[in-house]
This record gives sequence, structure tokens and C-alpha cells, in this order.
Amino acid sequence: MFNLFKRGLTIQSARFWLVFGALSVLPVMATAAEAPRAGGELVFAVGETPPSFDGHRETTFGMLHPIAPHYSTLLRFDPQNYPKIVGDVAEKWSFSKDGLTLTVQIRKNIKFHDGTALTAHDVKATYDKIIFPAEGVASARKALYAMVDKVEAPDDFTVVFKLKHIAASFLANLASPWNFIYSAERLKKDPRWYEKNVMGSGPFIFGEHVAGSHWVGKKNPNYFMPGRPYLDGFRAVFIRDTAPRVAAVRSGQAVVEFRGFNPAARDDIVKALGNKAVVQESPWACNILVTLNNEKKPFSDPRVRRALTLAIDRNEASKALAQISVMKYIGGVFRPGSEFATPPAEIAKLPGFGKNIEAARAEAKRLLKEAGVPDGFSFVLKNRNVKEPYEVSGVFVVDQWRKIGLNVTHTPLEGGPYFNDLRQGNFDAGIDFDCEFMDEPDLYLLKYLSSEMSPVNYARYKDATLDELYERQSRMLDLKDRLPIIQQMEKRAIGDQAYQFPLLWWQRVVPHSSRLKGWKIGPSHYVNQDLRDVWLAQ
Amino acid sequence: MGNYILKRLLLMIPTLFGVAVLVFFLLRVAPGDIVELKYAGSGTFAPKEALDRERAQLGLDKPLAQQFVTWIAGAARFDFGESMWTGRPITDEIKVRLELSLQLAVMATVVAILIALPCGTLAALKHDTWVDYLVRIFSIGGLAMPSFWLGILIILIFLIFFKWLPPLTFTSFWTDPRANLMQLLWPALAVGYRYSAMATRMTRSAVLEVLREDYVRTARAKGLRERAVVVKHALRNALLPIVTVIGLEFAFLIGGLVVTEQVFNLNGIGMLFVESITHRDYTMTQALVLLVSFAFIFMNFLIDLLYAWLDPRIHYQ
Repeated sequence: MFNLFKRGLTIQSARFWLVFGALSVLPVMATAAEAPRAGGELVFAVGETPPSFDGHRETTFGMLHPIAPHYSTLLRFDPQNYPKIVGDVAEKWSFSKDGLTLTVQIRKNIKFHDGTALTAHDVKATYDKIIFPAEGVASARKALYAMVDKVEAPDDFTVVFKLKHIAASFLANLASPWNFIYSAERLKKDPRWYEKNVMGSGPFIFGEHVAGSHWVGKKNPNYFMPGRPYLDGFRAVFIRDTAPRVAAVRSGQAVVEFRGFNPAARDDIVKALGNKAVVQESPWACNILVTLNNEKKPFSDPRVRRALTLAIDRNEASKALAQISVMKYIGGVFRPGSEFATPPAEIAKLPGFGKNIEAARAEAKRLLKEAGVPDGFSFVLKNRNVKEPYEVSGVFVVDQWRKIGLNVTHTPLEGGPYFNDLRQGNFDAGIDFDCEFMDEPDLYLLKYLSSEMSPVNYARYKDATLDELYERQSRMLDLKDRLPIIQQMEKRAIGDQAYQFPLLWWQRVVPHSSRLKGWKIGPSHYVNQDLRDVWLAQ
Repeated sequence: MGNYILKRLLLMIPTLFGVAVLVFFLLRVAPGDIVELKYAGSGTFAPKEALDRERAQLGLDKPLAQQFVTWIAGAARFDFGESMWTGRPITDEIKVRLELSLQLAVMATVVAILIALPCGTLAALKHDTWVDYLVRIFSIGGLAMPSFWLGILIILIFLIFFKWLPPLTFTSFWTDPRANLMQLLWPALAVGYRYSAMATRMTRSAVLEVLREDYVRTARAKGLRERAVVVKHALRNALLPIVTVIGLEFAFLIGGLVVTEQVFNLNGIGMLFVESITHRDYTMTQALVLLVSFAFIFMNFLIDLLYAWLDPRIHYQ
């Protein structure tokens, strides 16, 4: 790829870029001339297998992609207008004047796949399981609902959420794609039933699962939305390795892989499929972070931490790494371009985010000297042994730190030891990541709370100011009130203190067959995966 | 002979027990924790108490000796418990994959035998001629080329020239033989070629050695046809080391084709092995190690029995 620019475009490569450029802007929704067509089985590749089938418990897209089509959620993100929230099971909802009570009316015509009616009691049972799980029941995102006092179902079609305090993120959290609505009856008999069984109210009924091989769903003829789903069914094929996954899409055996590929794989697929390929791209709600062990000298010194972020040329990273990986955008705590993101001009004022790298590195060296860190100081950067984008990021960062005289060893580790070391504080510096299903400050800022308050903050520090700012912004409903506090928190966490700091945000690239219609890419690979609007052209 | 067979079968038990002890304790020495991995995904905010509860549910909070006794008692009843990662019975998880792995091993073995025996014998008969050199180049090529690399080449040739890929999911031979063979023929050829390389070289050297024996000269002197000399006298006597190589390689194929399975996206035992180790799924890994160990021990046993059948001079008591 890079050689094309060095040697000049050949006719063949020019043709390739013409096709690729045209394909990138092709509209993917049905136009007036293209009405959705019913029928067909969508075959798509999934890069991981589901550990269990319970959305409340699991955290991997390997569960969500094959299983989300079987379920409804209370609310969902509008696939055409992310992040607008629309009802799924919910028909309408309203907050009380004091903002502490949310009343939701649910649709009356929804049935589970076993024919039983879905009522408010099922919604209550579902949210009780998520927010107040019984002994022995795992709920991966329980902490996000700490503001909920109780959930009630005063009648069959009304659900009431009573909150302990106002929470800006509460409604968006109800749209979480992980919050599958389960049957109260099933949960009552066995609260862990859904870990090994599937029975929802979604557009597809469970067909078949062969562990490690594939997952099949069949059209739900009694789905509450008339005319949906368009597909007769879907088949999710589990292909763990990237190369065969790319080959599957390239050969047309799989129509799409919903998570996304890197630019090289995109180009391979476009070249192979030609005008039968469509590429959808979107900034991704995921980033790579550099995490420092703030309990260990010299990283306990904010001067050293600022030096480490100053040394990194993010502008160069954005250009170079975007060619070989999904890393692309420079941003702070929030996804660049999202409503909470600090404008680029302001981000550039934070250490490490400016354009003058020479001045930044000079300042970094000065800070290190002032902090008493000798030239050639050695430490270890621990990382996951996943080539992209983790190892790629680690290699880049180590190189950047060498430019200010630090001698850093890059140590990729298997997942188990990696997470173990990060949690136990057995590291100097580490590559971490953050991937959320929505652009919500309560989610992204959780990483920057004091470590004792946040199970996902591995940087081992205590900062009461950050904790207090978090609580304040979390209770502000008005964006104009919330934004200054969020920016204050961002400036402190990744700028002044530089406890840990983002490297780059990702670009989601989904090349697929032009037969796939009705699916629009969004910033999160967790969202919009129920396939109810998807159809296949001839 | 009956006593010998019984003795060998009984001897498998302490061997497998030793393997069980080793794998159980060695796994727990490796750093990493299945619960941390389970909750390491995106959007997870599980506090320490939740992780500890999960560990307790998996029995990881109990003393090691107690965990071992519980597990080995179950294993003795062929109850290997549930996968710590998926919660599904281990026997079910293995069953799904074993048919594919076994079939691939059998097909690769057949390919290997069909290539190795004739080529190795021919090379020995035409020793130091262009036939011999050709066979040696062919077999050295097989030894030098990793089977997964050959697999990648095969996939690329299909993709680039034929715009075709083998089927992505496994269909049992008894359900649809065509779909089954369309998927497994190519990895069988890739693996079988490498497998045949070793067997070819062993065949060549074994037959060469036997051809120098007096009884072969006597057989020729008696006026027997060359075919009878080679097949009935030479090859028959050369089979012992060939059978050993082929047998042990077959056992390896059961769980050893990790990268080949990745290249061809085969849902086999090899992939399951790697995933279970990566996930720190102790129960699954233990069960798979026992399975592969059993395969090796049993193949050794079968080979020893085959020796007695091939060579009447061998007696077991």
C-alpha cells in the first residue's frame, strides 16, 4: 500500500482507488428505487465464540453478534440516527418532574418465542437481574445502575424505575445492547437459565448452535413489528483467525463481518469483490490507552507521567498507524466528533496532544531531568499479545519513549497473565483499551476515577477531585452544564496529572458484499446487531 | 497374549494418573485467571467481590488437593465436569470436535500411506537413480514445508484462481459426504503430504536395509517374481519401523493440528486446546490433555500388537 505512493499510481492501482473511492460513499440504505426484499439467509463471520448465552453476564461481541437477534431490549439506539434513543419493547416513557422516576409504557403485542406474552413483569425481572442480581448470578454492568433504587411493575404494561439521584446516563444505559429482556417465569425457576439457553422476543428464533462452529437463527413469524425481519434466517460462522475471516468475506461465503477489519484487509476484499463490495467506515467508540502504575516510582511523579505523554507524537501516530491498523484519530477521553468531545483546538493544549513534537520532547526531557530520572532509565511496557492494534501500539510507544532517552522493553503477554498483572499492579506501564457501546461520559470517565472506586482503572491512584467531578457531571442533565465539568476532569486526568492517557481512537472499517442492505455502521460494534432491518439483495 | 493385553490396558491407568497429576498442578502454576479473563471485556465494571464470587462458583477457592480429588474422582467415572469458560459439559464440547479431528487424522494417514509405501519402496528399489532422487526431493520438500503453510498456499490458490473456498462449517460424512470431503480433503492433503514425507523416508531406509538381507537374495535366487520378493519378503519385513512412525504420527494428529485448523477454519480438537489454555479453562485443558495422552498410549499399544501380527517371531507373555 505504502509503495503505491512511493512509486506513483499505476493504471491498475488507479482503477482500484477509483472503485474503492466510489464504494466508500455508496449509500447503504434502501433508496426509493430499492425496496427491501424478503427472504434469504444472511451468513456472517464472527471472530469469537460466546462463552455463555447471557447478555447480562458477557462482555464480548462474540456473544452479542450471534445472540442479539433473538432478543428485544427496552430501549435501543436508532440505527439510522445514533445516538438517538428509540423504543424497542418500550412504546413511550417519561421522567417525573424531579427526574427521579422514569415511567415506561411497553407495547402490548410482544410475545416471547415460546408464545407467552411479554409484560412489564418480565422487564422488571430482567432489570432486577441486572441491577440486583441474586447470589451466584453474574451481572457484568451492575455498577452502571447504582443510581437505581428499585424497579416496579404496577401493571402488566407499565414499568417504573425509581432512582436514588438524578443520573444523566440512566436513559442511555437502558438502551444498552446487552440488556436482553428475559422471561420472568424462566428467571424465577432458574436465574441462570439464560446462560445456556436462548428464548427471547427478538426478530429471530434460535435454530442451532454447534460449539465453535456456527449459530443459526430462524425468522420469528410472530415478531411484533409487522413485516420484520426481512431475512428468513441468519448463520453466524465462528472464524477465530483474521486471515480465514477475510478469506470468507473475500470469497463471498460470508456476506460480512460486523466488527471490522483493518485497512489492508479492506483493500484485499475490495480488490477481490470489485463492484460487488461496499465499504462502510465510522469512527469507533474504542481507544488505546497508555496506563502507568502510579504507585511505583518514578511514575508516582506527575512530571514523569507528563513527560511520557509529551514524548508521543500522536500526529505521526495517526498517519502511520492508520495505514496498518484501525488506529486513527487523536482525541481525549471522548470519541472525537461525539457530542462530549473536547474541540481539537482545546485538546491540542493538553500535554502530548500538540503539533510541535520537538518542543514537546524537549519539555519531556526537561521534566525527566527535574524529576531525577536518569538518561537511559529502563522499564517494561506490558501489553496483550494481540497484534492489532495492541502490539502495534506498544511498538510505537516504545519507539517514542526511546526518543527522550528512555530504555523501554515491550513485553506482550497472553490475556490471562496480562490482566492478572494489570489488576495486581505488577507492571510499570501497560497498554490498555476502552471500548464502550455509547458515547456516555459516565462510561468513559469511569476509567479515570480513583482505582478503589473503579474496577476498570488499573493505574492505581486516588484522586478525590476526579471522583467529585465525576459525581457532579453524572447528575447534570443539561449538556451545557455537564460539558465544562467533563472537560475539567479530562484536563486533570490526562493532562495535568497524566495518570493514564489515550494514544489514539480507532476507525471502524466494515467491507461487505453489496448484497447486504439495511445495515448502517455506527461507532459501536455492540449496537445495531439485531438484524431486524437487514435484507439481502439478489 | 491375553494376559499381555490385560497387563498393558491396566498399565495405562497409572500412566494416565501421572499425566493427570502433572497437568493439574502445572496449569495452576501458570499466571492468569479465567475469571479475570471473563470480565476483561469491554464495558465491564465488575468489582472484586463479583470476581471472588465467580471463583467460588467455579470451585477455585477450594484447596488444590480438594479440587484435584473432586476432578480425578469424576474423571475415573468419565465425568470430566463442565467447561469453566462455557459452563457446558466437557464431553459435549469434545464430542462436537472429535469427529472432525478423527476424520482428518484418518484421511491424512491414508494420504500418507498411499504416498509413502509405494514411493519409499520405489526409491529403495531404484536406489541412487533419478527415481530415488525425485522421491527424496519430494519427501524433503514435505519435511521442509510446514503443513499450515501449504494449507495457506492451497487456500490462496483457490481464492485467487477459482474464487472459491472450502465450506466454512463441518458436515458429517454420513450426512453429506460431498460437503464433508470438500472441506476436509484439502487439509488432509496438506497434512498428509508432510506426514508422508517422514513415512516415505522411513520406508525407503527400512526397505533398503531389508533388500540387503540374505533371505531376499535367496527369494530372488529361487526365481520368485520381483513383485513377490518386494511385497511378500522385503516390505513385509520392513514394516515394523514404518508402522511405528505412522502410528505415533496419527496420535499426534488428534490434537496437534492447531495452526492447520486455524488456516482452514476447522472446528477441531487442536483449536479447542489452544482456546482452553488461553482462557485458563482448567477443566477443559485437563480433559484434553488426558484425551491426547490416551491417544498416544493407545496407539503405542496398538502398534505393539501389530508388531506381533506382522512378525510371528514376536511373542508377548
